[in-house]
Amino acid sequence: MREFVTEKVKQIKPSGIRKFFDIVSEMPDAISLGVGEPDFDTPWHIREEGIRSLKAGKTFYTSNAGLMPLRQEISRYIEDRMQLTYDPASEIMVTVGGSEAIDIAFRTVLEPGDEVIIPEPAFVSYVPCVQLAGGVPVTIPLKAENAFRLKPRELEAAITPKTKVLLLSYPNNPTGAIMEKEDLEALLGIIEKHDLLVISDEIYSELTYNSRHVSIASLPGMRKRCVVINGFSKSYAMTGWRLGYALAPKEIMEQMVKLHQFAIMSSPTTSQYAAVSALKNGNSDVMEMRLAYDQRRRFLLHEMERLQIPCFEPRGAFYIFPDISEFGMSSEEFATELLREEKVAVVPGSAFGDCGEGFIRISYAYSIEELKAALARIEAFLKKIRQNK
Amino acid sequence: MEQDLRRQVLNILEKNSRLSPAEIAVMTGTDEQTVADMISALEKEGIICGYHTLINWDKENDDSVTALIELKVTPQGGDGYNKIAEQIYQYPQVETLYLMSGAYDFLVLLRGKSIKDISLFVSENLASIEEVQSTATYFTLTKYKEQGVNLARKKQDGRMVITL
Repeated sequence: MREFVTEKVKQIKPSGIRKFFDIVSEMPDAISLGVGEPDFDTPWHIREEGIRSLKAGKTFYTSNAGLMPLRQEISRYIEDRMQLTYDPASEIMVTVGGSEAIDIAFRTVLEPGDEVIIPEPAFVSYVPCVQLAGGVPVTIPLKAENAFRLKPRELEAAITPKTKVLLLSYPNNPTGAIMEKEDLEALLGIIEKHDLLVISDEIYSELTYNSRHVSIASLPGMRKRCVVINGFSKSYAMTGWRLGYALAPKEIMEQMVKLHQFAIMSSPTTSQYAAVSALKNGNSDVMEMRLAYDQRRRFLLHEMERLQIPCFEPRGAFYIFPDISEFGMSSEEFATELLREEKVAVVPGSAFGDCGEGFIRISYAYSIEELKAALARIEAFLKKIRQNK
Repeated sequence: MEQDLRRQVLNILEKNSRLSPAEIAVMTGTDEQTVADMISALEKEGIICGYHTLINWDKENDDSVTALIELKVTPQGGDGYNKIAEQIYQYPQVETLYLMSGAYDFLVLLRGKSIKDISLFVSENLASIEEVQSTATYFTLTKYKEQGVNLARKKQDGRMVITL
């Protein structure tokens, strides 16, 4: 029989932590701090709106780009939050999570061999999506001492004549890093000089602490060279609804909608109705969840300091990214040992790119009580391995 | 900002009164002394009124019964409602007492050993108050939710253990 699967797909590296995941799954009494989604239930008014739409028989496809009332709400929301204007009719598309938007954006803009700069540590799907779209991922290892922000010099050094796209993903998973306005402004000259497109994944934008999220698309000259990706999963605790969106200038969006149309048709209708209520009435929910995350973030950072584990101060998302290099183990070894010895699951930093080696990702999408219980175990583990050193 | 911190401290304690001032200080980004001072001020002002534990007595196989009683009253003089309230809230069986707007005046939440026990209390101690015109007694059957906590179903983490 012939080999049916393409070389291109076979070349895609499977997720690095499959083995680790299997061990955790078989350990029912383990405390997991490994989850990348909110612990809150979707606020009831949002769920209710989904139920109401089902009861009313709204079970058909929507238009390809999404329900118009939802696109209008997105437009209003983005204008309010980020001072950005996008036309609901031609510049906004509702997608199946931010994930679909990432895939489609790359496939829309990459010619074979085009290079995409991806600062790492980063979410795991960017590199394979670029490869599948025929592009070439060029990763930049970001540094903890720069608070995992992308510096102009690092960007400049990664650019070649083939560079077409800069991917930005702030607030960042897994580091929790943000880029403030000045950090973004420092990149603008380089982006313009090399005529780059920016694909900006801002899915954690609402989870920014002690400052407001700034979208790079809102800075001078940037809107026309930006595709902005956002969604409902993190800000409204709606991961399972699979709903995100993309914003782009008309000429790019027109083409993106084609891919979406032929691959997806339209995003889940129930989710779209629910999302209208999220944007219309969900602001207080967002504020409440953000405050809870911020309290946990402070708690974890304080614990890291107490346990003398170096950790830069993350200002976004719901992760901390402490440095565990002092123990002389790889991050996967550290995570495996911690799981075996004290039954706490964290994610090895190496899952997010080679430069994540020496770090672990701890999620604080857990209640303070759960975090306290987990931290007591981590403390016991550190004591053990420090004694054995 | 000060008001903001005060609200945060109250909201944190309302959900979990076992957190220490040191822990609350960490969570809110202030120092322990500030939180400790704030809490004792809130206690003195009677804003923080206790640090109780929410117990699901039904699960403890406790046979006690709770009932809601609506009271209609005819208040006498200027301080009429308060005087009647005083007569009612002195009884240890009265767990909660509210003056209400609407069709009746007082809402009394009672806990007693049995239905009989409560009926007796209503007829002898509440209905006998001179200003009380009428009473209506409702016994609770199942408590699903109390003080924002779902008693019927314990929250389970439905998430996969690891997601990137």
